[in-house]
Amino acid sequence: MTRSTTDTGLALADGESRRHKRLATIERSLAGRHARERRFRRMGLAAVSTGLVLVAILFASILWRGVPAFWQATLYLDVYLDPEVIQVEERPVREAGESPAQFREREIAWMSQLSLVNWNGLIDEALKAQLPGEIESRQSRDLRALVASGERFALRDRVIENPELIGQTVTVKMLAGANVDVWLKGNIDRTLPDRQQQLSAQTREWADDLYEREVIRNAFSTALFLNPDSRSSAASAGLAGAFMGSLFMMLIVIALSVPIGVSSAIYLEEFAPKNRITDLIEININNLAAVPSIVFGLLGAAIFIGYLRLPLSAPLVGGLVLTLMTLPTIIIATRAALRSIPPSIRQAALGIGASRVQTVFHHVLPLALPGILTGSILGVAQALGETAPLLLIGMNAFVANVPSSPLDQATALPVQIYLWQGNELRNFFEARTSAAIIVLLALMLSLNAVAIWLRKKFETRW
Amino acid sequence: MNLALIATVLIVMALAYQAGLTRSKAVATGGARLHSRPGYYGVLVALWCGLPALLLLGLWSLFQTDIIELLVARELPVELASLSEREMQVLMRRIGALASGQGVAGVAEPYEIAAAEQMARLETFGRLILLAAMAVAAVAGLVAARRRISPQLRARNQVERLITILLALCSGVAVLTTVGIVLSMIGETINFFRFVSPAEFFFGTVWNPRFSTSGTGGQGQFGLLPLLWGTLMVSAIALLVAVPLGLMTAIYMAEYAPPWLRSIAKPVIEILAGIPTIVYGFFALIVVGPFLSGVGELIGINIRTTSALTAGLVMGIMIIPFVSSLSDDIITQVPKSLRDGALGLGATKSETIRQVVLPAALPGIVGAFLLAASRAVGETMIVVLAAGNNPVLHANPFEAVSTITVTIVNQLTGDMDFSSPQSLVAFALGLTLFTITLGLNVIALVVVRKYRQQYE
Repeated sequence: MTRSTTDTGLALADGESRRHKRLATIERSLAGRHARERRFRRMGLAAVSTGLVLVAILFASILWRGVPAFWQATLYLDVYLDPEVIQVEERPVREAGESPAQFREREIAWMSQLSLVNWNGLIDEALKAQLPGEIESRQSRDLRALVASGERFALRDRVIENPELIGQTVTVKMLAGANVDVWLKGNIDRTLPDRQQQLSAQTREWADDLYEREVIRNAFSTALFLNPDSRSSAASAGLAGAFMGSLFMMLIVIALSVPIGVSSAIYLEEFAPKNRITDLIEININNLAAVPSIVFGLLGAAIFIGYLRLPLSAPLVGGLVLTLMTLPTIIIATRAALRSIPPSIRQAALGIGASRVQTVFHHVLPLALPGILTGSILGVAQALGETAPLLLIGMNAFVANVPSSPLDQATALPVQIYLWQGNELRNFFEARTSAAIIVLLALMLSLNAVAIWLRKKFETRW
Repeated sequence: MNLALIATVLIVMALAYQAGLTRSKAVATGGARLHSRPGYYGVLVALWCGLPALLLLGLWSLFQTDIIELLVARELPVELASLSEREMQVLMRRIGALASGQGVAGVAEPYEIAAAEQMARLETFGRLILLAAMAVAAVAGLVAARRRISPQLRARNQVERLITILLALCSGVAVLTTVGIVLSMIGETINFFRFVSPAEFFFGTVWNPRFSTSGTGGQGQFGLLPLLWGTLMVSAIALLVAVPLGLMTAIYMAEYAPPWLRSIAKPVIEILAGIPTIVYGFFALIVVGPFLSGVGELIGINIRTTSALTAGLVMGIMIIPFVSSLSDDIITQVPKSLRDGALGLGATKSETIRQVVLPAALPGIVGAFLLAASRAVGETMIVVLAAGNNPVLHANPFEAVSTITVTIVNQLTGDMDFSSPQSLVAFALGLTLFTITLGLNVIALVVVRKYRQQYE
């Protein structure tokens, strides 16, 4: 009896201690497991934050570099349009009995007279009036470095437009030279020895002086938006040409890829029989969506330029290439949108006697429209940022004009970025490139925002 | 000109629609019950009126140049018959320039002027014939279709059949694109292999396409391997960055993140996918490259500003959202019952994820990686700007490399003759790239699709 109780007691104690031991082991391992759990969780959080930080760094660095480029050193000069220097006749007036061609000829002759005027001399005089001391003519090179070289043409055009200005003193806004802009913004090390500086010591001194007296001010750079690219006058290079090129291409992409893409999606989703051929088309579209964009550039170079002999560097060719590239995206998005419309809608329409075409076009398509729009906008946004295929069809050629039709030579926003980042005038164009990137990103983000807004607005739960 | 013609046809079609509409209404007021609604009769008449005319216009614009050139070539002096195809093309371009009044360089030969005059005549004549044919087709179509309108005519069925056919034709465009890609690249690649043997191309270890085309002998060396190696190196670095970060992001977003964080972080990270790659290239060039080379200097390694590492890192950043959103989809597809089972047995959340969810999702995740890899292999602008373009075989990621895509850009953006091996090689490279990415994509799609079926 006693034995057995002690036995049980022992056994109990034994069991107790074993349980304790087991509990201790479990607790220990549990602590380890919880620690591992926390570590794993922290790793996940770290990954997410890394992603967020990377986005922040990317945008911050581009903004930090690019935003200053929206303001450019600009001279506010009082230029005396000396009639002694500008010796031209009266602007021709169309006479009675003169054909438009004859009048145009006389007008052009008058304009070319104006082109021969020494505009640089006028600008020099205006600068000399602002600067202290006597300036000899051998310093005119230093003097001219202050002003962007394209500005004399701007002055000429102003007089051509309004000849009454001759003889008056007008206040003219002129872009300072690219190097002056770099110097004044401190984008170049000011302590560098003289021969590593782009500007002569004299010009730098003048620039600082004029900046202090607010003859040179940092003004918002309208040239960046209104001018096309320029090789001779870096400071007045702008995005207008690239913007028009991109616009033409996007119009072509929208006009072709949206109708074709939506139609083929409708066919595949609503009408196509399930057989080998439609299966093949489906696999095909999925593959096309993942084909590298540069391969589409090769296709464009071989077919549109090599075989069909369409002009090089034309937005038409670029638009066609981007259309082919965007098609799969739009088809896939549209199919997803169509699939999300419940079959009951179709059955109801068919039930009251609509044909299949009527069902699709009158009932399903309107309901799927928000989804289709969202997908199309995203596809077009993607096409807007594409660069590589455009390089292969020659859109990286230098173009100094704003294209006026899809057949003119043109460049595009992303290609302009590519061209500017390779410019030798690094100090100036690094900021310019970032500014162009900001413009491009702003366009893309607003397209994306529209897509998100559409999705939110029309979101339906069936 | 063509645009004006198309506009005219469209206006005529609108009128034809009205004609069909009024006619069908007239038939209906006679007391008969029409098969379809009046609008369909209008559309049918408009289609009969407009489509044949548009078809004629399309055919003419496609074949006009060929037909006219053929006719002009027949009239050329006999001694020119021996010209090669290429010389003939040049001659035809001269004649075409003369005919359009642009003028040509140098003095035009008398026979050229004669041919140009003939070409101009033929063009005018052809245009007149086209106009006449289009008018006849439109009127005939209009009259015939209008007369056919009767209560028994199944206008709706006919119109709808046509619509279906048009829709089907549209979905053929995608197939045509693929066929176009493959055919154009295969054609030019075969041309390229006339200059360089395939063995030399695929197994050559030196890439040095000299740009002096003096004779066919000294045309440089076209070895693919350095480019392939560079491509693989950059892609591997990109995946080393993107896979862990993307996968951990996906896991955190799917399993742990509170809804507010998810709703902010997910779209923000997906912004990375929408940024144009040229922007990444610039970012790599002016921020990441100098930063890495500065870090290298600190720890005593020589890292070049443009290197495989720079390009790979930035490309990895670009692919993160790609990996994360694909993996996220797949992880959330794993049924809840599996998780509940594991949790019920006492597993912690991370153990459930690592030992139940991830193995179940593995095929899909592998598919996502493969798709990401094919992205990396085909990416162009980042490597053009940031990889340094140095096509030499070496294993140092801190050095510059060159990739297939970079080389395609370089070979086709110079002022090269389109038929020299130096530019034809771009197509051979393109075909190689296409094959590699196609392989990766196909495997990925098969894997993903197989996986999806398990829970459906």
